[in-house]
Amino acid sequence: MPGERLDEQTMAIRAAKEFQEGMIINLGVGMPTFCSNFVPPDIEILFHSENGVLGFGSIVDNPDEADIHLINAGAQPVSPKPGMSFMDHAESLCIIRGGHIDITILGAIQVSEKGDLANYTIPGKQIGSLGGAQDLAFCAKKVIALMTISSKEGDPKIVKECTSPLTAPACVHQIITDVGVLDVTPEGLVLREIVPGWTPEEVQALTPVRLIVPPDLKEMTLL
Amino acid sequence: MINKIVGSFDEAVAGMTDGSTVLIAGFGGPAECPSYLIAAVARKGVKDLTIVGNTGGWGQQLLDVLRTRMSVILRMPPDWYDPGLLVERGQVKKGILSFAAAPARILTPFEQGVLAGKVELELLGQGTLCERIRAAKSGIAGFYTPVGVGTVVAEGKEVREFNGRKHLLELALPSDFALIKAHKADRYGNLIYRGTARTFNPVMAGAARVTVAEVDEVVELGELDPEAVVTPGVYVQRVVVRPKEPRPWNEPM
Repeated sequence: MPGERLDEQTMAIRAAKEFQEGMIINLGVGMPTFCSNFVPPDIEILFHSENGVLGFGSIVDNPDEADIHLINAGAQPVSPKPGMSFMDHAESLCIIRGGHIDITILGAIQVSEKGDLANYTIPGKQIGSLGGAQDLAFCAKKVIALMTISSKEGDPKIVKECTSPLTAPACVHQIITDVGVLDVTPEGLVLREIVPGWTPEEVQALTPVRLIVPPDLKEMTLL
Repeated sequence: MINKIVGSFDEAVAGMTDGSTVLIAGFGGPAECPSYLIAAVARKGVKDLTIVGNTGGWGQQLLDVLRTRMSVILRMPPDWYDPGLLVERGQVKKGILSFAAAPARILTPFEQGVLAGKVELELLGQGTLCERIRAAKSGIAGFYTPVGVGTVVAEGKEVREFNGRKHLLELALPSDFALIKAHKADRYGNLIYRGTARTFNPVMAGAARVTVAEVDEVVELGELDPEAVVTPGVYVQRVVVRPKEPRPWNEPM
């Protein structure tokens, strides 16, 4: 029997471990926004949101403190922070397209073994929303896909070829899932970390992509 | 005397005709949305519009639902009218949009229009959308970007390699009207914004034949700090002030 799968908050905690001092981070809509709640206390990073703000604080969940003039790309109210700056949308996209984002964490519908990302359509819908995700996927220095390894229906989300339309080809560097962390390499997908209670064989059973299991495979830790 | 302030929203959209291409600023929330200008276009009833912006809007029905659902985290003003109002009323034939589908299973009026074959969609990422608008504003015919190569947005576009990387040729997007929202204006049309309500507004200002700014407040010439002006007045042809109290969209004003 495989172990428990991580819940969304715990996946976000693991993803936030990638943040390092001084980084500019852009979090995609949905689960990735949770990562802003788990910034390591000893480092200073700046969150960027494509609607035109850099250096904002945490998500505000009280309507008395929320301001419609300070929202993130998911239209969630966020808090102001000293050092914050506003810019127009074109300037904001220059930050993305000019390669000034160190890490973007994006949700995904599918990721292929080559790192192709499909995330702009909504399951069951024919129309999609590229938003700022395509710019982020093409241009960020590091693209992390944060997703469960299987869909709600139990289908694999790590696939040989994406069947959902691509947001960007060969762009994902790392996949953080509810059972382990994988790196996209020229040799293929490497299982770097595994959630306690799981074996590499049990993770392998959840994707048709042949996973490379290195001798230094680690158990995932959150600290 | 230069005075770009006009007395009514109906006057602010004068000259818009059937078939116009209209830049509609806003991102996805109420603060950055030119609500009363959209309402004036709805009252005017012009048809076959091509709308350009981030979203195709929610429309009045879904905004009412959203207002209730969102009230636990963010209070939405009652006078938020978005591009969905124009779609609901059958005034839109095409949308050049980035966030075309609602991030949920519900279908917006725009999505319903596309599925019914009544509305055409050209989907772009926000970077290319901004840059095509900016190109029109700055007299650039087009530009090359690597973003979109190998995806749906590349269909029918020229591909050229620079420094070993494939790029798409994207063309300037000229428009007839730009409807924008700003915080404060003076009679020259100089504008400042507030917080994340800046977003697409300064990008669209000046990118159309006629730019109209809906503002919270008009101040005396000289009151806006020249160091703080975001949109210089040259880009703006008309300025109109929002009412102090919320008004229904279908009331002439």
